[in-house]
Amino acid sequence: MDFFDRFTIPPHDDPMLYASIVAIGLVSIAIVFGVTYFKKWGYLWSEWLTTVDHKRIGIMYIISALLMLFRGGADAVMMRLQTAVPDNSFLDAQHYNEVFTTHGVVMIFFMAMAFIIGMMNFVVPLQIGARDVAFPRLNALSFWLYFAGAMLFNLSFVIGGSPDAGWTNYYPLAGTDFSEHVGVNYYNWALQISGIGTLMTGINFIATIMKMRAPGMTLMKMPMFTWSALITNLIIVFAFPVLTIALLMGTLDRQFFTNFFTTGDGGMDMMWANLFWIWGHPEVYILILPAFGIYSQIIATFSQRNLYGYKSMVASMVIISLLSFMVWVHHFFTMGQGAVANSIFSITTMAIAVPTGIKIFNWLLTMWKGKIRFTTPMMYSVAFIPLFTIGGVTGVMLAIASADYQYHNTMFLVAHFHNVIIPGVVFAMIAGLIYYWPKMFGFLLNERIGKWAFWNIVIGFCLSFFPMYITGLNGQARRMYTYSEASGFGPLSMVSFFGALLLAVGFALIVYNVYYSFRYAPRNVGDDPWNARSLEWATHNPVPEYNFAITPNVNSSEAFWDYKKNGHDLFKGGIKDIHMPNNSGWSIILAGIFFVFAFCFVFHVWVGVIIAFVGIISCLLYRSFEKDDGHHIHKEEIEETEKKFGGAE
Amino acid sequence: MRELFPMKQVNGYIFSLLLTVVALSVYFFDMSFAMGLTILVVTAFIQAGVQLVVFMHAGESEDKGGIYVHTIYGVVLALLTILGSLLAMIWGYMY
Ligand code: HEM
Ligand SMILES: [Cu+2]
Repeated sequence: MDFFDRFTIPPHDDPMLYASIVAIGLVSIAIVFGVTYFKKWGYLWSEWLTTVDHKRIGIMYIISALLMLFRGGADAVMMRLQTAVPDNSFLDAQHYNEVFTTHGVVMIFFMAMAFIIGMMNFVVPLQIGARDVAFPRLNALSFWLYFAGAMLFNLSFVIGGSPDAGWTNYYPLAGTDFSEHVGVNYYNWALQISGIGTLMTGINFIATIMKMRAPGMTLMKMPMFTWSALITNLIIVFAFPVLTIALLMGTLDRQFFTNFFTTGDGGMDMMWANLFWIWGHPEVYILILPAFGIYSQIIATFSQRNLYGYKSMVASMVIISLLSFMVWVHHFFTMGQGAVANSIFSITTMAIAVPTGIKIFNWLLTMWKGKIRFTTPMMYSVAFIPLFTIGGVTGVMLAIASADYQYHNTMFLVAHFHNVIIPGVVFAMIAGLIYYWPKMFGFLLNERIGKWAFWNIVIGFCLSFFPMYITGLNGQARRMYTYSEASGFGPLSMVSFFGALLLAVGFALIVYNVYYSFRYAPRNVGDDPWNARSLEWATHNPVPEYNFAITPNVNSSEAFWDYKKNGHDLFKGGIKDIHMPNNSGWSIILAGIFFVFAFCFVFHVWVGVIIAFVGIISCLLYRSFEKDDGHHIHKEEIEETEKKFGGAE
Repeated sequence: MRELFPMKQVNGYIFSLLLTVVALSVYFFDMSFAMGLTILVVTAFIQAGVQLVVFMHAGESEDKGGIYVHTIYGVVLALLTILGSLLAMIWGYMY
């Protein structure tokens, strides 16, 4: 039985944990049973699990991101419940550590990253008039590797035990001396395989955007979201390899007794923090730039005017991409550098606020002379501007190295990054989802429920995080599972808990809205429900498999607007056969083997590791010799589809 | 015949062999650590350049501008990261 001991979780006398194990088991059984009962396995396999269509992969990313949002959100509510009153004992210290670690990892890697990549998948090829991404099969592999990583990570709390060293996973705490059990191995391997997926996405999208734009679309005529995606993927390609190597070094330390990050034997524990943030700071810009892109699309559409300052928008993103690699030390100002090093990184950090500020002014100026329509996506965008500015200002406060000795590792920092990530990334993704919903599914989400959700989320956000600025300045440390009555943090923490509940209600309303609109929303919304401007709106809702019947001929970044208002001839020539890639089960199988590989590695089951490794190599060899020329959609078939949509031509 | 014979590649091949020999010499000749490392770093960078231009055909397509910009961007970032790490972990480290 020794062999199986390793899979048990470290003792928790916590009924909730067992309740959640049972819940996970029941939900899994229910899903399998449901799909079998409705005889949907075939459909699921041939239409979704094996798909290489960028739109479907995008939707799968977004669904996974939403699932992870709820997983991470449940963690968040648990943490706020624990800290709602002084000396609470809802979670013990160990459990609290695991919960905040899981929350951070899930939200950054498996929610936010998946959401932005999903959005890029769905939107970018449409915005540049392409039929798919440059490497569709690779794209499916990226998704399934991400999914395998996410599932592996979520398995940790039922098999073997969750990581508990924070999402930043600092050594020596994360080393075997202080974190003996397998939690951190899970962290290493889950992030490793999903990170490889992300890196491949980066390469794929750079190739797509550089090589597959519709005729006439020069770089400076790309819609702004595509620009943001290009820059984001550039950052991904330069930043993620650092994470890959750092995780590998951590794995070697933990599982093969090397000394990269140990405190003795020539190791350098600070090196982990250094490498982590060399990746980590660019990562926050990986998250925020696509959000900026989404806001640019939405604000232009609903101000009913072209985006103000296109060139300065592009230039500021390029500058941000460079600067984002020059500031990482601001995450550990307090960990031993002298005044010279800290001052240099303090100044580069403050410099980032300048291009960011330029973008804020451009959005304001776009709205200024526009005729604003307050739809739900626009309301998120309008709320984003002041809220994000507050987050930016507190960021500049944190960037003052000497002052950071006061703020670092307090709730003030926690308030800062939630203040940029929630109104920045999360609002943008929800707004983008609502905005592109008709493109994905052919109907609109209900505006009234959407606005209710919006108000709950915005007010919930403010109540939840603004109090933390105050308690942080008063000295409340982050990642502490409880505090004393005398500290005086009680009342504001209670407000914060209440805010977290409002946020939860808001997200629940979004889910309800999906259900409600699916049942009751009218289906005849047409191809242009928002009176939009850029190219992705020049095809049908929902988008047919081949995207555009005729490859569009583009003359500006607002090609669709020119087509509607200025008589620009977007579709020249007639319908021809279209060449499309074939579906394939290869990606999901390979990712499945990766999952087994990583799982066995986590638990030192070397036989499994070797078998899975052989499997991975075999899959790669198979792919090298596989002949797959794709297929053609014939002219007649396309004409048929187009006629069903009421004929674009 | 001239057009068919890949003169550039053959020259590139000889040149890269030469670079390898120079780098290898660090092992066989007795020299200071700093000297040896300098030779290694310099030959490594030239070697990478030769591979990129001659064998990976950077600069032969229409988008060579883009390729060089990306490459330089990458090199600049790598240098900044290394210098920054040295600054944070060694030169500017106090404790
Ligand atoms: C004006 C722009 C910004 C400035 C000047 C800034 C500055 C800073 C500084 C100095 C810290 C470290 C503070 C400390 O540890 O004591 C920090 C932490 C952080 N920032 Fe920002 N920031 C900015 C924008 C952003 C954006 C746009 C995001 C994400 C979308 C972001 C996400 C984060 C995160 C996640 C952390 C903390 C990570 C952790 O320690 O767990 N920041 N920021
Ligand atoms: Cu940072």
